[in-house]
Amino acid sequence: MCLAIPALIQSIEGTIAQADIGGISRPVSILLTPDVNVGDYVLIHTGYAISVLDQEEAHETLKLLEEMARYEEEREIH
Amino acid sequence: MKFIDEFRRSDLAQAVSARIQQRSKTPARLMEFCGSHTVAIFKHGIRQMLPPTIDMTSGPGCPVCVTANTDIDKSIALAKIPGVILATFGDMLKVPGSYSSLQEAKAEGADVRVVYSTLDALAIAKENPDRKVVFLGIGFETTTPTIAASVLQAEAEGIRNFSILSQNKVCPPTIRALLDLGEIRLQGLICPGHVSAVIGSHPWDFISREYGIPCVVSGFEPLDILQGIEMLVAQIESGQSKVEIAYRRGVRPEGNRKAIEVIEQVFQPCAASWRGIGIVPGSGLKLRPRYERFDADLAFDIQPGPTREHAGCLCGEILRGVKTPADCRLFGKACTPENPVGPCMVSHEGSCSAHYLYGEDHGE
Amino acid sequence: MMGNKILLSHGSGGKRSHDLISKMFRSAFDNPLLARMDDSAVLDLNGRVAFTTDSYVVTPIFFPGGDIGKLAVCGTVNDMAMMGAKPLYLSIAFVIEEGLLEDDLRMIVESVRQAALEANVQIVTGDTKVVGQGMADKLFLNTSGVGVIPEGIDISGSNARAGDKVILSGTIGDHAIAVLSRREGLSFSTDLKSDCAPLNHLVSQMLQASANIHSLRDPTRGGLATTLNEIAAQSQVGIRIEENQIPVRREVRAACEMLGFDPLYLANEGKLIAMVTPEDAQRVLAAMRAHELGKDAAIIGEVTDKKPGRVTMTTAIGSHRIVDMLVGDMLPRIC
Repeated sequence: MCLAIPALIQSIEGTIAQADIGGISRPVSILLTPDVNVGDYVLIHTGYAISVLDQEEAHETLKLLEEMARYEEEREIH
Repeated sequence: MKFIDEFRRSDLAQAVSARIQQRSKTPARLMEFCGSHTVAIFKHGIRQMLPPTIDMTSGPGCPVCVTANTDIDKSIALAKIPGVILATFGDMLKVPGSYSSLQEAKAEGADVRVVYSTLDALAIAKENPDRKVVFLGIGFETTTPTIAASVLQAEAEGIRNFSILSQNKVCPPTIRALLDLGEIRLQGLICPGHVSAVIGSHPWDFISREYGIPCVVSGFEPLDILQGIEMLVAQIESGQSKVEIAYRRGVRPEGNRKAIEVIEQVFQPCAASWRGIGIVPGSGLKLRPRYERFDADLAFDIQPGPTREHAGCLCGEILRGVKTPADCRLFGKACTPENPVGPCMVSHEGSCSAHYLYGEDHGE
Repeated sequence: MMGNKILLSHGSGGKRSHDLISKMFRSAFDNPLLARMDDSAVLDLNGRVAFTTDSYVVTPIFFPGGDIGKLAVCGTVNDMAMMGAKPLYLSIAFVIEEGLLEDDLRMIVESVRQAALEANVQIVTGDTKVVGQGMADKLFLNTSGVGVIPEGIDISGSNARAGDKVILSGTIGDHAIAVLSRREGLSFSTDLKSDCAPLNHLVSQMLQASANIHSLRDPTRGGLATTLNEIAAQSQVGIRIEENQIPVRREVRAACEMLGFDPLYLANEGKLIAMVTPEDAQRVLAAMRAHELGKDAAIIGEVTDKKPGRVTMTTAIGSHRIVDMLVGDMLPRIC
């Protein structure tokens, strides 16, 4: 129901930040994520950051999936 | 792109699919509430990666699809009032109301402008001080804080020619209404990821607690969705029902406090009419009295005229998950994306559009 | 100070019109056929003739990597090149909204001149009309083209055969996103440029490499997906493509994710797809990669005898789905 895209916060001025979205640049409002810092990734929806992405959790999720892949591979071998 | 490409890795997707194939024993009907999940599932071909035990059903989570004809008619009538500029997200432009659409109103001379953001609508208001700019507020909890924020900004900057026609809706009461209808039995629910980024995962707790249905909040990349399904299967096979998050990078159990605060500051709950479901108490949002000068409903005398439903259109049943697009005799014949009869064919994330565009093709 | 503007009288057929034509158009497009200034250009042509026309309306008229003038020349040249024709002559008609800056028109005329030079075609006839404010959007162009198809060449959207490889000449969506990035209300900054370019030289290198190119087409409006569907329908074949093999620039993908677009449906103005026998595919690919406009060329799929008229795709995660034509127009969306 709602498209949102990860973006890197590059600079902040008041409630407006310049965000890099995969190589394109756009001002976004950070009114809804006041604690965001330069260097953080956020989810952008209609020009607003709605959530600060937790990079550690992203890493953890991928690690879990990779473990799952290793397990599945071993299961198929045996 | 970071946080996208990693979650489209085919080796991992195949592994999660294998795990689901291996573990799923009990026939299970899973609903993805959210239309963006529906589209992602079709676009990436996820249904073909699931075992026959799993039946995916699309839910009513498309804000365009669930907007009732009365509300669409109202926005069209508003757009036709002289001096009004109606700013809207592109999604709403082609949706047919009882007799017309915003696109047709625009062709007849109404000033309807597509914007990407409420920030763009505010800019239009500033550039056109002698016109009245109304933003058509649609969307769920993901979008609502951005609309609330535009009201706060308009107030702070003293923009007087800006208002909102609020047709915003909230999801949890509607899921309850859907479950209370008792028409469908679900063994699992994929909860909307970006709604949950705002409201958190707790608002779904009642579903597992009161209805015994396992819930997983999932993101929108193929790996997120597969992982969500895998977690649902694990719950189903172990007889559990709880709310889990498969999208931990974007969703915290408590949500985004600031966004919730902004919504609550500007809006208060009201009843709303959902296509196919009817009036659901507490599922709509209207501006609080303190912000009523931004309320287009109060500022304009909107007279949409009588509404009508389209004969034969099954959008209502499809939104409730009791019928599929293939059950509709209009589907692909009288109703196509070029000439849509119902909103589920218009909206990119409507079930009918997804079925039509991406097909039930299972390859060779 | 504002520059001179085009007035209605520039299109009246009187002295102002003559001045505009001689000072702006004739000098820029100068060639012996045009210089005769008769009511028609007279052409000596031998063999089979390719003849095509197209009109150009684009907002904004200047965009990163080109403008409406370059677009009009390249578009028409490319339509001829896709039949294997050698493009020779163009007509160009200007429909100008009164008030257009003369300097803007001059820049567009100059880029028409340069594009024609690059494509090695001559502009041999033309027309100018000026319409009142609001009756056109700054400038509309129409170009028609005439070219000659060399002996032995038979390229058509109906000629694709099962087994053919599908070759794409480079990244998709660059034009659409470059134009969109400058559109009011959507502006985002990117270094992305339109791919607008004449493809006839690339095609002639491909034709030198192989006599077994069955179909050529440039995926303009409607994008790659629509063009593949057209060929699948015309040739009554199935086409299977691989999502992971389709070159898409990072910025284009990002803009698509942001606005809810699909790169498969975005317009290109300097790309082509070729259906080539499997034996010759590598040779054609190498010839394309040796050319500046084909350096990112890739084999993205193949023609099959299954499901005639259908395009299917192996998705990035190894599953599959149908790829349909573009329906309606693309609007930025939130869901």
